[in-house]
Amino acid sequence: MTALLTADWYPYGSNGYFRKVEIYEMAWQKEVNINNVVIVAARFGGPIAVVRDRTKPDKTVMKKMGKPIIAIYSSAGNLISSFVWNSGQLIHLGWSSTEELLCIQENGEVLIYSIFGKYVHAFRMGQEVEDTKVIEARVFDSSVGTGICVLTGAYRLFLTNTIKDPKVRKLAEIPGVISLPDSWAVICEDRQSFVLLFKATEIYYLSENQVIQKTVNSANEEKGSVITDVAVSSCYEHVAMYNSQDQLWIGSSNLRKNYRLYDMDGSGRPKQLVWCGSEAVVGVWDEHIIIIGRNEDSLSYVYDMPVKLIPEIDCVRVISTYNTEIIQPVPKVILETYRLNSTSPGSYLLEASKQFTKKNHRANEYIHLVKKELFSAINQCIEASSHELNTENQKMLIRAAQFGKTFAEGFTSENFVRMCMTLRILNAVRDPKIGIFLTFPQFVHLTLKNLLDRLILRRHYYLAIKAANYMRMSNEDGSMKILEHWAYYKVSQLEADKEQMAHNIANKLGQASGISYVSIAKKSASYGRIKLAVKLLDYEPKPELQVSMLLSLEKYTEALGKAVQSGNTDLINIVIVNMWKKMPLKDFQLEIRKDSVVYALYKKYCREHKKETLLNVYRQEDDNNEIAAYYIKNAFDAENYSMRTTLLENAKEYYKKAKNEINLVLCEEQKKLILKQKELEDKFKREFLDLPLQETIYRLLLMQENKIAEDLRSMFHVPDRKFWWLRIKSLGELNDFNELDKFSKIKKSPIGYEPFIDICLQHKNKFEANKYIGRIKEENKIKYLVKMSYYMEAIRIAEAQCDISALEYIRANCDTASVIEINSAIARLNKSDS
Amino acid sequence: MSTHLSKGKLNIGLVQERARKELLDLIDKCEGSKVIVWDDGLSGPFGLIAEYTLLKKRDAGKMYLLRPGKLKTPDIENVIFITRPYLRLMNYIAEIIHSEEVSRQKKKWHLFYVPMKSLLCEEYLKNKGVYGSLTIIDQIQACILFPFDNDLMSMELDKAFMEYYVESDPTCLYYIAQAILMLEDLFGSIKRISGKGNAAVQVMKLLNKLEKGTESNPISKYHSNVQIDQLILIDREVDFLSMLATQLTYEGLIDELYGINNCTVKLPIEKFSQEEDLTESSSDNKQLILNSADEVFSEICDKNFFAIGQSLSRRAKQISQQMDERKDGRTLQEMKQFVAKLPQMLSIKKSLANHMTVAEMIKEVTDSEDFAENLKNEQEIILGLVTDKVHPYIEECMARNVDIVKVLRLICMQSVVNCGLKQKVLEQYKRDIVQTYGFKHLLTLINLEKVGLLKVQQGTRSFAVFRKTLKLISENNNFINPKDIHFVHGIYAPLSVRLAQNFVKPNGIRSINDVITSLPGSLFDHSTSQTTTFIHRIMCDKSLRVGGSLSSQNDSAKVVLVFFIGGCTFAEIAALRYLSQQEDLNVEFVIATTKIMNGNSFIKCLMESPS
Repeated sequence: MTALLTADWYPYGSNGYFRKVEIYEMAWQKEVNINNVVIVAARFGGPIAVVRDRTKPDKTVMKKMGKPIIAIYSSAGNLISSFVWNSGQLIHLGWSSTEELLCIQENGEVLIYSIFGKYVHAFRMGQEVEDTKVIEARVFDSSVGTGICVLTGAYRLFLTNTIKDPKVRKLAEIPGVISLPDSWAVICEDRQSFVLLFKATEIYYLSENQVIQKTVNSANEEKGSVITDVAVSSCYEHVAMYNSQDQLWIGSSNLRKNYRLYDMDGSGRPKQLVWCGSEAVVGVWDEHIIIIGRNEDSLSYVYDMPVKLIPEIDCVRVISTYNTEIIQPVPKVILETYRLNSTSPGSYLLEASKQFTKKNHRANEYIHLVKKELFSAINQCIEASSHELNTENQKMLIRAAQFGKTFAEGFTSENFVRMCMTLRILNAVRDPKIGIFLTFPQFVHLTLKNLLDRLILRRHYYLAIKAANYMRMSNEDGSMKILEHWAYYKVSQLEADKEQMAHNIANKLGQASGISYVSIAKKSASYGRIKLAVKLLDYEPKPELQVSMLLSLEKYTEALGKAVQSGNTDLINIVIVNMWKKMPLKDFQLEIRKDSVVYALYKKYCREHKKETLLNVYRQEDDNNEIAAYYIKNAFDAENYSMRTTLLENAKEYYKKAKNEINLVLCEEQKKLILKQKELEDKFKREFLDLPLQETIYRLLLMQENKIAEDLRSMFHVPDRKFWWLRIKSLGELNDFNELDKFSKIKKSPIGYEPFIDICLQHKNKFEANKYIGRIKEENKIKYLVKMSYYMEAIRIAEAQCDISALEYIRANCDTASVIEINSAIARLNKSDS
Repeated sequence: MSTHLSKGKLNIGLVQERARKELLDLIDKCEGSKVIVWDDGLSGPFGLIAEYTLLKKRDAGKMYLLRPGKLKTPDIENVIFITRPYLRLMNYIAEIIHSEEVSRQKKKWHLFYVPMKSLLCEEYLKNKGVYGSLTIIDQIQACILFPFDNDLMSMELDKAFMEYYVESDPTCLYYIAQAILMLEDLFGSIKRISGKGNAAVQVMKLLNKLEKGTESNPISKYHSNVQIDQLILIDREVDFLSMLATQLTYEGLIDELYGINNCTVKLPIEKFSQEEDLTESSSDNKQLILNSADEVFSEICDKNFFAIGQSLSRRAKQISQQMDERKDGRTLQEMKQFVAKLPQMLSIKKSLANHMTVAEMIKEVTDSEDFAENLKNEQEIILGLVTDKVHPYIEECMARNVDIVKVLRLICMQSVVNCGLKQKVLEQYKRDIVQTYGFKHLLTLINLEKVGLLKVQQGTRSFAVFRKTLKLISENNNFINPKDIHFVHGIYAPLSVRLAQNFVKPNGIRSINDVITSLPGSLFDHSTSQTTTFIHRIMCDKSLRVGGSLSSQNDSAKVVLVFFIGGCTFAEIAALRYLSQQEDLNVEFVIATTKIMNGNSFIKCLMESPS
């Protein structure tokens, strides 16, 4: 059995092996002849773009259609999509790190397609590129995504580090170049990208603003050899250069170190030269490929058909018409576990487990051997299983680990469980139907999250959800996101019924699972399916999101409806403001009047921020009272009295329409008052304007303009009682007590004589107050006697009336001397009572 | 958490704690030195959530008020605006940010809305071109309610009443619903909601809708213990009279005479003895904090003012006795005990001195002829003695040019008690107001008419009916040991509180249903069980059984949240607290409102002030 495990191993170097494993039998066998096409594959087991190679014209295709067809296959060779290339002259194809196909045209335009052959978007590399035409291009991984570098007909290089937000920079001029460089490659270090370029015997580093000329410390250099091919490792640390002397120079990418100079011995220029991880360089010739170790040795495989190499971070994919293989150095842990005569603990444990399954007693012996290192033995088996590509062998290793665990006290199973889960996921995606062949290191590098994204991208929603849930991902990164993408996909399908689809989506996603219906609606809108978007928004639980989205779709009526439903006035306001801006005025005015709350808020907004429109609003609804009030308000702001009276006249008119008699009269009177006050101001050169009527009369009385005061009183129907109050008050203020006395005698006071006393007392004239004490009402007598400090008199009256509460009132307000008198009076009354 | 807030059956301290956490978390997000610029109306209430020292610790010592024009801030890294979402304020903010654009020192601007973000404001800021200059824009949603005392919360929405009843702007209703949701989040969902009035119905409907929307949040929905048994929503429109009538409780009078804001009253300093340390008072004001943390105040605040003398003198005797104990203290042990009690005794002594001074100041006013005369006439109006004619006292007040607020209060009372005024009477009042106080007050009168405070009499005088059936009037009450809630206004029991009282009784709602149909808005009483919602009309007997069974579930006092939509008075609060103490009702009331008001502030919020 052990022999079988290492059957595909080839010894390599002093202590290592390479293995070559077939991973897929290509489903495209009948459609694709790798001889006639250009193959561009994405890394991490990504999709393969196949395009007819224009340099090898296929006559049949040529005749049928003049345009090339680009077909996209999964890494297992299943057709995903294909489309006819209708745009300009294609120069180069490449894949972005998010598996989008980048098609670089001669005019410098980069068209981006999804794996389903759908056009996503495009950008240009700039006018200068367009003018001078692209002749060569490279797509590369940068620290910020995927970058593109093009070489133009003028032998200038233009580079952008990202296609997401492309900023194209022109690199420094290649010194003295008048013809095509022999070869070039892009290298990224930290955040910087530069181009390594070979021209005749010269080597240059080109960045945006400088050129550095390099020399390579190798003997051949002096002989003036030309470097025709260059390969940079995916980590950008190593570089391999093939020169016209049929030599391969391998060294560090800064060219400071030379690991090896390998003589090809006449194999000639390779058709393709790539790195296999960072361990070795692989070259393709017609009949074979050669693996040249970074430091030592070489290995050659014979192929009887053309192949294409795809470099990966830890291996190289070898694609042919019939199958795909990976070639990689055998991982160390596998080596230690599988190799014959290995003494590593993992190897013993594996053997123990095997013997145990065979029910052989030797199992015990092996366990005994490994007892001391059981933990590392188990871990070795677990780790080895991760690099094992065959599921049966994975099971064997996992079984061995599990077997070991039964003897290992205190071993935590976490890693073990995690690895089992990971292997299930890896096996699932490696299935030819899915066709994402990831090695374990690739998976770790890519992360589960990105793997799920790739499943979503391929519309394997079901598997993605299963995987996410199986790996216990949070809802946010896992099932929720996947469902959302499913919904995005759903809404892009144009044929389905809107109502039904909104319903279906909601059914599947549920109301409360935290799905953002807004983003689904947004997607739907982006496909031009506005009605479906509106339907979908019905399921969005957050009204503020509903409303904002509906506003952006210019669905004002719906937005208003949702805003009103929410009860949140802020939302209603924002809809009103937007409707107002965008809708024809007539429609707007009709719309906002449909709901009373909306209308009220609209009016309030007008009142506070658009005063000038208010009048129109009131007019629209014939709200005469409000129009009148509006004029009144404006009257206060008016600059002069004549404007004021005009505005009041307006107000009057509308109160008349509103049949609001009293307000009409009040406006009329105010108008008259203003005119009168103006008159008074002119006459007396004093301020009268804006004083209330009462104050106006009072001031006139103080000015002893009794005649005018009297005029005003009759003019404005001031009640008698009020006029008496004013008169008394003004006379008190003027200290004219004679006049007060006279006034009291004109006729019977309509307000009694108590105010006369009050005013006298207020102006500290007890003598004058005495005059009126006889004329006040009987029930107020005691109170006023107390006010005037005639306590004895008050007590006398109270006692005569047998009014104990009156006596108590007096007691509470009198001086100490009278208290004794009151007490005895109360005593007397109590006595007579009993 | 302030300890006095957590002494009630419902731990209002949790409200404070949540608000404080939200505030401080947001402030902590702004790294570096900072100043806070407050919306005028918020700086006060926020004192109830986080004391100044707490903010100072967060390097946010400096405070400014948000005013139009430039802001003179020192060189500081962060400027934090904390405001209500009003466009007017956004304008100020835009101006301030614009004015700093030229300065070399780059500041970070932050904007925290209370209680909620506003799209309208954000659009406005965008249009003004300053939206991008704001680093953090967030909301302090928990500050939708400010904790006043262990049974009292206010939203501090000064204009809520005016906005809803005059402008028909229902923003406050949405806020109220949000506030109730927050309380449900803290104290478990409320199973029974009752209420009266149009606004109450609106809030109830909103609550139903919003609760449906938050069902996804299982934490709040299935709170293990239900701490609030019932919610009673009372629309101010149902009972204007209690808002207008003069309050006669101690706290009510302080509010009427001096105005209480955020549990604090400012009093003229000269009345207070000089030995006080002056640190806590500004130059001409003495600030007194009025809440249950003050033992003396808590005992007297809800009593009728004429009854507090006894309490104060008993307290005084007690404290002097305790102080005298030191003379008897012979053993070291006794002395130690005495010293331990000393700080508390001293604080009681100090508070006692303060409240005696305040009481004296109030007594000066209540003893005055004006006050007595006003009260006498007000009570005559409430008793329904003045109905069809212009009240001579009101007329006299106008002739004497008494403050218009006081006059309007009386006129409105007359209108409310008589369910409107005779057309002629109303017209005469209007003319008299305009002639006396100026034409601009026609607009005030229009507002009062819009609200329904002033109206022309129509139909039956229903007030007279429920004055009797609800026992709203009782003369000659014992203020020291009151038998009912009339003491808060002397002779009148607040209608709103009577409603609440009936709402919590097992058969109460049915018994008063016929009586109060004439009050505006419908009456409702809904119970929700764990899974289904029964919305039942109060008329059907089944629902009453549900209500009944709920109350009999446990014998400990039910917690009932009374939410006054459009404001309430200290007198109403005192009346509800009185009812909480009555054993036969077995209810603990917790009160929330949009704003604590009194007759003066109520009328003032409706007065038009033309620019």
